[in-house]
Amino acid sequence: MSVIEARGLRKRFGTTVALDGIDLNIEAGRILGLIGPNGAGKSTALNSILGLIPFEGELKVLGCDPWASRDRLMRDVSFIADVAVLPRWLRVSQALDYVAGVHPRFDRAKAESLLAKTSIRRGSRIRELSKGMVTQLHLALIMAIDARLLVLDEPTLGLDILYRKQFYDALLTDYFDHNRTIVVTTHQVEEIQNVLTDFMFIDHGRIVLSCSMEEFETRYAEVTVPPEQLAVARELRPIQERQVFGRSTLLFDRAERQRLEQLGSVRTPSIADVFVAVIGNAAADAEAGGSRV
Amino acid sequence: MTSTESAAMPDSPEPLPGARADGSPVSAPAAPSSARLTYWSVRRELWEHRWIVVVPLIVAAVVVLGFVTGLVRLPLPLPLPHSHFTTTALPHLLEAPFDLAALILMGTYAVVAVIYCVAALHGERWDRSILFWKSLPVSDLITVIAKASIPIILLPLLTFAVTVGTQLVMLLAGSVVLLAKGVHVGALWPQIPFLTMWAALLYHLLTVHALYYAPIYGWLLLVSAWARRAAFLWASLPIAAVMILEKLIFDTSVFAHMLLSRLGGGPGTVSFPPHGNMPMQAPTLANLGAFLTRPGLWIGLAVLAAFLAGAVWLRRRQGPI
Repeated sequence: MSVIEARGLRKRFGTTVALDGIDLNIEAGRILGLIGPNGAGKSTALNSILGLIPFEGELKVLGCDPWASRDRLMRDVSFIADVAVLPRWLRVSQALDYVAGVHPRFDRAKAESLLAKTSIRRGSRIRELSKGMVTQLHLALIMAIDARLLVLDEPTLGLDILYRKQFYDALLTDYFDHNRTIVVTTHQVEEIQNVLTDFMFIDHGRIVLSCSMEEFETRYAEVTVPPEQLAVARELRPIQERQVFGRSTLLFDRAERQRLEQLGSVRTPSIADVFVAVIGNAAADAEAGGSRV
Repeated sequence: MTSTESAAMPDSPEPLPGARADGSPVSAPAAPSSARLTYWSVRRELWEHRWIVVVPLIVAAVVVLGFVTGLVRLPLPLPLPHSHFTTTALPHLLEAPFDLAALILMGTYAVVAVIYCVAALHGERWDRSILFWKSLPVSDLITVIAKASIPIILLPLLTFAVTVGTQLVMLLAGSVVLLAKGVHVGALWPQIPFLTMWAALLYHLLTVHALYYAPIYGWLLLVSAWARRAAFLWASLPIAAVMILEKLIFDTSVFAHMLLSRLGGGPGTVSFPPHGNMPMQAPTLANLGAFLTRPGLWIGLAVLAAFLAGAVWLRRRQGPI
C-alpha cells in the first residue's frame, strides 16, 4: 500500500496556483526529499498531506483523507513543521506529560532516554533552551512516537552544522526502518543527499523530476573535461556546463558511461547541481515558449 | 554511503511478519477517549495561562490586606449612635466587607475571562505553536471546547473557591484583630449568613456569569480565532458599529438594550449581592425553574454553539500568522 497517494493535487491561493496538479505515489520505507525553490509549492504539498489546508484533487495518506480526519491521521503521522514551533512557555516535563496524555503511540521511556543524552533539564521552559536544544527536544518527542509517516519541513533551518548532522544521524540510526516513511524538505540539499532514497524537484507547483537515488546515480554523471576534449564532450549533449578554476565541468543525463570515461573521471553529481541544471533548463524552455522537458 | 546502503542499513530491523509495511491493519493501541483529550487540553490551557489562577489569588490577597488594615485602623468602640445597631442593620454592616470581597473577585473573573478569550485562539497562531498542537491527534473541536470551558466552567468554580477561601481568611484575620481590641467576636460572626451567601454566590456565578454570559465568551473566542492582530478591537468594533448603525438608520437601540439586559443577568436572577435593603436569599428551586425556562438562556446557548462552531471552522483552516 502506498503511504501517500495523490492524483491531480491542486491548490490555489486566490489567483496564485501553488500546486498545479501533482501526482504522487510514495511507498513505505522510503526517505523522500522534496526539493524546490522558495514558493515552488513544497510547503503547500506538505500542508495538504498533513491535513492543515483544504485542497482540490485526490489525496490519500495512509488510506485517509487528511483534510477530513487530521486528528485521526495524527495518530500515525508525525511532523516537525519548523524549528521554532514548540510553545515558548511550555516546560520540558509538561511537553512529555502532554504528548503522553494525548498520543496513543508515544513511548515516554524512549523519549526520556533520548533526552538523557542531551543537557536538557526537565524543569526548563522552551524559551530558556537554545535553538539546537529545542530541536533535540522536538526530535526526542517525535522519535518516541511510533508513527508510520514522518514529515519534516525545513527541520534544521537556522541550526549550526553540528546539530544538523546529529539530527539526521539520530533519525537514521534510532528511528528509520522499513516500516516508516520520511518526507523531508530542506534547502541544505547536500547534507541529506546520502540520507535520501528518493527525491523530487518541484517548481511552479509541478513535479519537474522524480527519481530514486539508484536511478539518479546511473542516470546523471559529471565529468571535468580538459579544454582539448571540450568539443567532443559537447557532442554528448551535456545538460549543463560550468567553469571551475578555468576547467569545464559538464553534467550529463543518460549519456553513455564508456564515452564519458574517455573524457575524464566520471563522478556522481550533487543533487544541487542537477537541480540547478534541470530547473534552469525548464525555465529557459518556458521562456523560449517551448514546453517543459 | 550510497543510497542503496542507506536503504538497507545494517541496524535497521527487518519488517516483522504481518507488519505495517504491507498495509495490513495495525494493531492500534486504544485511541485516547475524548474525555482524556479534553482533560489534557484544559491542563495545557492552565499551563499556558497560569495567570488566570494567579491573578484572582493576588486580588484576594489584596482584599484581605485591605480588610485587615481597615479593621486595625477602625476606632473602637465605633463612634456611631446606638440606633445604627438595630438588629436588622448590624448584619448588613458586618456582611458588607464580605460582599465587597465577593464582588471584587467576581469583577476579576469577568476581566480575566475577557482577556483569556481574546488570547485563547490568537496566541497559538501568533507564536506558531499551532503547528505543534496540530501535529498531535487532538481535533479542533476538542481544542475549542477545552478553551471555552475555561470561562464557562473553570473560572466560575475557581472564583467561588477563591471567594470562600478569602472570606474564611478574612474571618480568621478579623477575629484576631478584633479579639486584640477586646471585641467579643463570638457574638458578631453568627449574625452573618455565610451559608446563604455562598449558596447565592455559587448560583449567581453559574447562572449569570457562566451560562448567561456564555455567548459573549463565544463571540470573543470566535474573533480570537479569526483576527490576525488586535483581536480585542475586532471584538468590540462590530458591537459599536451595530449600535451606531441601528441608531442612525432606525433611531432605535434594541441591540444596546439587549446587550445591557444580557450583562445585567436578565430578569428573574438571584442577584449577588442583593440590592438595597433586601436580605441575602438562598436560591430556590423556583429560581432555578424560572432561570431554566427563560428563552434568553437557550437563545444565548444556541448563539454560543454557533460561535464555537465558527471558531472550530476557523481553527481548522488557520495556520501561524
